[in-house]
Amino acid sequence: MLFIQILFYVFGFLLIVSSLAMILARNSAKSVLFLILTFFSAASIWILLEAEFLAITLILVYVGAVMVLFLFVIKMLDIDKSTLKAKFTGYLPLGVAVAAIVIIEMALVLGSKQFGLHKFSLPERHPSDYSNITELAMQLYTSYVYPFELAAVLLLIAIISSITLVHRSDGKRKSQSVSAQVNVKAKDRIRVVKIDSKINGVKND
Amino acid sequence: MISLSDYLILSAIIFCIGLAGIFINRANIIILLMCIELILLAVNTNFIAFSYFLGDEAGQIFVFFILTVAAAEVSIGLAILTLLFRNSGSISVDVISNLKR
Repeated sequence: MLFIQILFYVFGFLLIVSSLAMILARNSAKSVLFLILTFFSAASIWILLEAEFLAITLILVYVGAVMVLFLFVIKMLDIDKSTLKAKFTGYLPLGVAVAAIVIIEMALVLGSKQFGLHKFSLPERHPSDYSNITELAMQLYTSYVYPFELAAVLLLIAIISSITLVHRSDGKRKSQSVSAQVNVKAKDRIRVVKIDSKINGVKND
Repeated sequence: MISLSDYLILSAIIFCIGLAGIFINRANIIILLMCIELILLAVNTNFIAFSYFLGDEAGQIFVFFILTVAAAEVSIGLAILTLLFRNSGSISVDVISNLKR
């Protein structure tokens, strides 16, 4: 039990430090890298909570796809020039004060008096043949199959809308015009040319 | 022994760091999007902690859907960001306030 405690505090410390470094970093590429470290620490904490599938999904989907997308956009837009002179707003004291007040309030509400071990006792560990992904799949494909399909539709909408947003129709692109194809007449395509059928000046008939 | 309140307070701290990041950053909108990711991460940690301590997998399924929605949100947000950069040449937060005039 002590080992798990040490793991929790190490990963929690990493989580807090890397997320603080993320919001304080000047360079946006650096803050993306700190966010990746944050996600890794969070995935470790999720593994401590026996949510193995979601932890691996967080690393594969978030670090593997979404964070790479962030890095790609940062490198593509070449924004480092425009953000070199960027600094924190005048809202810095207000922001820190609001965050501190919210933390204190939440610590009062969520303290060990309400959510301690005597209220929520530690559940016993699952046996070694327990499969988290099997349990999730059993729920997901029976009770939650309709939301699952809706999530697929949502991802399709996201694909279509992001392609539509960044698509540039500047007229230079070769594309198919269906109305022009349908309205074409035969005389637009075929030119009938009268040619005298003479070979070497001799009439050939 | 790590109790439920330890996990909840940890995710509350992460939530507040994300909140403070939205307040204090003027650098660019990408940082704001990443702060939203941080807040969603805190929410997901809450869901998983409750799911573990109550022995109910529904919380983990909720996290699954939150991850899906967040991925869609990030892709559309970055597309809007690309458009903004193409039209105004900058993605500073100040540029957005042009809409006020």
